[in-house]
Amino acid sequence: MPRMSRHTINFLKGMAFLSPWLVGVLVFTTIPIGLSLYYSFCNYPLVQPPVFVGWHNYHYMIHDRVFWISLNNTLLYALMSLPMGMVIALALALLLNANIRGLSLYRTIIFLPSLIPLVASAMLWLWMYNSKLGLINITLRSLGIAHPPPWLTSTHWAMPALVLMSFWSLGNTVVIYLAGLQDVPRELYEAADLDGANLPRKIWHVTLPSISPVIFFNLIMGIIGSLQTFTQPFIMTQGGPIRSTYLYTMYLYDNAFTFLRMGYASALAWVQLLLVLALTALAFWTSRYWVHYQGR
Amino acid sequence: MTNAHNIPTPQTPQPDSLRHQALVGQAVMHTHLAMQKRRRLLKQLLIHAALILICAAALVPFLWMLSTSLKSNAHVMSSPPQWIPHPVQWHNYKAIFTRHNSNFLLWTRNTLIIAVLTVLGTTISSAIVAYGFAKIKFRGRGVLFAIMLATMMIPFPVTMVSLFIIFRWLGDHTGMQWLGTFKPLWVPAWFGSAFNIFLLRQFFMTIPDELSEAARMDGCSEFGIFVRIILPLAKPALTVVALFSFMAVWNDFLAPLVYIQRSQQYTLALGLQSFYSQLGNTSWNLLMAASVLVIVPVLVLFFIAQKTFIEGIATTGIKG
Repeated sequence: MPRMSRHTINFLKGMAFLSPWLVGVLVFTTIPIGLSLYYSFCNYPLVQPPVFVGWHNYHYMIHDRVFWISLNNTLLYALMSLPMGMVIALALALLLNANIRGLSLYRTIIFLPSLIPLVASAMLWLWMYNSKLGLINITLRSLGIAHPPPWLTSTHWAMPALVLMSFWSLGNTVVIYLAGLQDVPRELYEAADLDGANLPRKIWHVTLPSISPVIFFNLIMGIIGSLQTFTQPFIMTQGGPIRSTYLYTMYLYDNAFTFLRMGYASALAWVQLLLVLALTALAFWTSRYWVHYQGR
Repeated sequence: MTNAHNIPTPQTPQPDSLRHQALVGQAVMHTHLAMQKRRRLLKQLLIHAALILICAAALVPFLWMLSTSLKSNAHVMSSPPQWIPHPVQWHNYKAIFTRHNSNFLLWTRNTLIIAVLTVLGTTISSAIVAYGFAKIKFRGRGVLFAIMLATMMIPFPVTMVSLFIIFRWLGDHTGMQWLGTFKPLWVPAWFGSAFNIFLLRQFFMTIPDELSEAARMDGCSEFGIFVRIILPLAKPALTVVALFSFMAVWNDFLAPLVYIQRSQQYTLALGLQSFYSQLGNTSWNLLMAASVLVIVPVLVLFFIAQKTFIEGIATTGIKG
């Protein structure tokens, strides 16, 4: 048997250890994505074999009002929940980063809601938002607002209600920010003190640049996560009223598993993939202007 | 703070006034320190107040849920609302198990089966792959690692349609059913998950190579090094991965919704949703009791392993 070089041996060893993932990524990621590219050019009602129809699904999509509504809603949801959520989470983390007593208790309580399974929190907020008996409207009425919004049953308020409730479970993001804040070198603050910087300036010139990689991480995760939001509107509003909370993933789901239009659903899947990639790429591109990696 | 700059310094100090100045300076410093202390105290008080308010906002929905779950239906409807249910109606928790068409015990069992298989699978396979990425130098490693990171960005909805078709095809052509079984939910976990591989790889990188070198000298195989040296040292990271994947299974809704068809095979998440669609907006007390039951195991797990949780989440962001 010919002697193998160290390189070859290491390569084979590496492949052996990587093999579960190599097989997995092929079977559960690459092939499905490739297949859905093919199906996206097909008419495929599931019970019959796929028939190639060229660009038909994509043409249809451009003129599909529901597609635009769902896309619009999803972008709106992301735009309302993501930036504000990131700011709130950061503010909470800054508060928790103060040197005070009882910190771990506060941290635990703020983190708790993000542990709640989505379906359970959907139930909880259905009840909170209930227009007659829900705690939110009971409170609003006791504060003198005679006609509080009917929240989930109103085309105007259903989407803001979903956004508001997403702020309840920011604990994960807060903890990630907090870890970033605790990593900011003390010397930087001391130097800023010597320069006579006040608190807002310290936050702007020291804290934010130092944790910019963490902000960036949360931004990317937020983009990917918010663009595929599904469970809460699916359970709480079924996309209504009048499609006001009908999100992209719900439309994809309905096409695939309610209307059995696998071809069109695959086209929607590809558009979603491209959208996520484009927005992530955009975030990466802007990152060189505002993300600072210090000696890491 | 900028107080040091505020101490008055005359333009031209006279030698005889120096002592006097020093005294004045000291006094000024003293009041400054006292003021500073008071200001710091006030600041801390404000922070406490803000945090208490926020924590109340975080907790109130929980308490409201718990309170509703122990009320009679008449009291749920009562206005103004009572916070402490009277009488406490414990049998709501019994009622959700005996209701027609609800089978929370079976759904819990189903979820646990999927969770155990998923946690085992993803922890073992991700650790193996992470070792390859962390400890073996080979050509193409960087590229493969970058590809792996990129796959984390692919949303599940993008692949779920084709995966459904693939699982359906497998059922038709291999004689082994996939759709309507738990397999689509746990089998993929045995092929490593990008996120877990990444997390474990970061941890393995911090383990010094000298340890494995020494074992290699003693004739230990690569797999032996992985099992005997690395894995025991990586227990904290493995726990994090196991915890996170358990939570993910408990939380997952879309995948079971797509792959599971009969109510006997529902997971808790699906079961809770079907329970809601049966009740409609009528029995909030029962719905809240059921939600509490779904939440409690997660909370118990969290309080047992709180430190692991918080540190694990912190690492995902920092190392990212």
